[in-house]
Amino acid sequence: MVGTVSPERDIVATPVQRATREALYAGAIALGLFVLFIGLRTDQNISNELILVQRWWLLFTVVVLTMVGRFVYVAYGQPFLASQKVVDIATGLLPESAATRFFRLPYFIAAIVIVAVLALLAGSLDDLLGPGLAGYARFARALAIIYALASVLFYFRSFIHAHFSALGIAALAIYPVVVVLVLAVYSGSMVGGFQGSLKWVDNFGIQILIYVMLAWGLNIVVGLAGLLDLGYVAFYAVGAYAYALLGTHFGLSFWILLPAAGAMAAFWGVLLGFPVLRLRGDYLAIVTLAFGEIIRLVLINWREVTNGSAGISGIPKVSFFGLMSFNVADENYIAKVLDIAQSGAYYKIFLYYLILGLCLLTAFVTIRLRRMPVGRAWEALREDEIACRSLGINTTTTKLTAFATGAMFGGFAGSFFAARQGFVSPESFIFLESAIILAIVVLGGMGSLVGIAVAAMVMIGGTEALRELDFLKQVFGPDFTPELYRMLLFGIAMVIVMVWKPRGFVGSREPTAFLKESRAVSGSFTKEGHG
Amino acid sequence: MQYFVQQLINGLTLGSIYGLIAIGYTMVYGIIGMINFAHGDIFMIGAFTALIVFLILGALFYSVPVVIALLVMMIVAMLLTSLYNWTIEKVAYRPLRGSFRLAPLITAIGMSIALSNFVQVTQGPRNKPIPPMVSKVYNIEGISVSLKQIIIVVVTALLLALFWYLVNKTSLGRAQRACEQDRKMAALLGIDVDRTISITFVMGAALAAVAGTLFLMYYGVIAFSDGFTPGVKAFTAAVLGGIGSLPGAVLGGLMIGFIESMWSAYFSIDYKDVAAFSILAIVLIFLPSGILGRPEVEKV
Repeated sequence: MVGTVSPERDIVATPVQRATREALYAGAIALGLFVLFIGLRTDQNISNELILVQRWWLLFTVVVLTMVGRFVYVAYGQPFLASQKVVDIATGLLPESAATRFFRLPYFIAAIVIVAVLALLAGSLDDLLGPGLAGYARFARALAIIYALASVLFYFRSFIHAHFSALGIAALAIYPVVVVLVLAVYSGSMVGGFQGSLKWVDNFGIQILIYVMLAWGLNIVVGLAGLLDLGYVAFYAVGAYAYALLGTHFGLSFWILLPAAGAMAAFWGVLLGFPVLRLRGDYLAIVTLAFGEIIRLVLINWREVTNGSAGISGIPKVSFFGLMSFNVADENYIAKVLDIAQSGAYYKIFLYYLILGLCLLTAFVTIRLRRMPVGRAWEALREDEIACRSLGINTTTTKLTAFATGAMFGGFAGSFFAARQGFVSPESFIFLESAIILAIVVLGGMGSLVGIAVAAMVMIGGTEALRELDFLKQVFGPDFTPELYRMLLFGIAMVIVMVWKPRGFVGSREPTAFLKESRAVSGSFTKEGHG
Repeated sequence: MQYFVQQLINGLTLGSIYGLIAIGYTMVYGIIGMINFAHGDIFMIGAFTALIVFLILGALFYSVPVVIALLVMMIVAMLLTSLYNWTIEKVAYRPLRGSFRLAPLITAIGMSIALSNFVQVTQGPRNKPIPPMVSKVYNIEGISVSLKQIIIVVVTALLLALFWYLVNKTSLGRAQRACEQDRKMAALLGIDVDRTISITFVMGAALAAVAGTLFLMYYGVIAFSDGFTPGVKAFTAAVLGGIGSLPGAVLGGLMIGFIESMWSAYFSIDYKDVAAFSILAIVLIFLPSGILGRPEVEKV
């Protein structure tokens, strides 16, 4: 037995013994990983030389936390999961029994009471509890609100499940109105409501919807046609620069340039498509990645046209179909026409509905295309290229149309992005963006529109929400900036979600072609294509 | 002519570093068929480890001979970087083995984002410059060759020889090649496939750590985001040479190095990366599986 790890020992050992051993391993590994990176910090001193700052306490804390975490997981988490079968293997969701125990009427009432009490005391919280405790109280209130909402959702779960798309679209359509009204009640005036809604509509609404649209566009290439595209952001860039350049130099309107940007991006999609048609799998991936990098490098270096890394600013705003404008100086400024108070929020709310419309267009086109011959050819191509070719499908045009259609939606999203920011620079079109969009498509379950929307909401909304965690400053001191940890947590979340649900959030699909009756297919039965 | 030879030497130096990183990509691809996107950041971790070891040496001792300092940096970087790649393989890739093809790619991208941001959070976002370690320059008939460049090329050549021996002459290498051809059959014949894959990751990381140390010595500066560009270039090199082929990775690395230095010398330095990527696309049009890659045989 000396020096060998026999499989019997795992069975004989009690969970606690095993957990102790695992915790020691985990601690040793964590110590090795973090000793230089957390234990020491390289800093510049006054004469600009690098010096080392020692942080052994932090290292100690991290290692101990790792050990405790591993211990608790192995000793209590794993047996609990195993005995409860909490995680349904097939769906990865909580089974009914666990959920009903979690959502109970008394808890729901308690949550409502907590929300009500804390909302009543909202003004005087700081005086009553002091700033530190008041931060926690606000956090508790947020948790209680989330719990109450989740309970309501859980209660109506079968209804929601049956009408998910319709409810989702309705919720998105009324979202800005609800935000404005809630904030208006909260602040006591309509103007306050509009001002306060800026953050919610812009940072959460528009930001998430842009990614939803991009992911749905990429879904046509990756999810339907099975072509791995790592340079999707290139088409986004083409659309953005098309609008930025033509809009600033020729003063053309957004409504003319939107289709133009889409067409231009589609043209570039075909252009990229030609050389890569013969490539398969990972060769295709690297060429698309290279293409994305080439576009970005050209944008940086072709200074005469693109103004280099400084970017293009002063991009004109979108007008309300030419009837009303959102520039305060204009004759037909929306507030003057409608005779209401000035606010920047109108533009954001208009943009919100614009991107929502573009998203719905993308979804509509995707759903319709899937039922047309070309869409079926895409899916056939994903499943088996050789069979496809022997059945007489022209794989060249099929691949090219997939590239072009996906790129077109990227171009639409790009020109919208330029109009929303009023500024574009190559910084916005780095590989990381492509990676995030691809991650959303895969996490959403490749080919499932609803899953992709949920994934975008979780990943983008989650990282945006990290900006809001100001109460952590009261815990860790004023130097603590949660934003710094945003991308770190994003990366870790990508790994965890993928390991937890390798088939994405929605693991089943409705087949487009079927015999007699439609039955949902588990994601494990569909292929992802080889390029 | 002198100018040309000068550029050839610069390209050789650059290509050696790319080649060392590319081997990690190509080995992992060969054995489990996944693009290890985090490999560029593993390279960055190696360079950062070397930087911190360099600072520790500077703080502890009054003066250390350069050879010993470099050796210590390299060895510590190899050990720690291997530990990183080993852990990542265990945590992020192993649970997804046998899952569909894109799943490990996404965890690899996630790991890449997590690693670079981990270094940014713990070490700060700024560039970290170190004083030049080796500054001697030889002048041979108008061509200047710095000692740094000689070290890089010699270390790379030695490592490649060692590596070639490991893969071709030892039982470990045999196990690796067996796993590459048929993982199930190798397992049936008593090869510990999981262990072999782990060792592959460790070897790739060790080479990347050496590349990182050499990079740090050559350029004298490193930042948390420096993993991406060399990573993508090395991946390009691996694909150019034919992914899965070890000599191909080295050849691809050298080619990318030459293209870059020649393009910067004769055309424009701004577009050197564009040139490298364009040549990749052009080569792949005519040789769809790279220069030394075996064409995929499709079985129906």
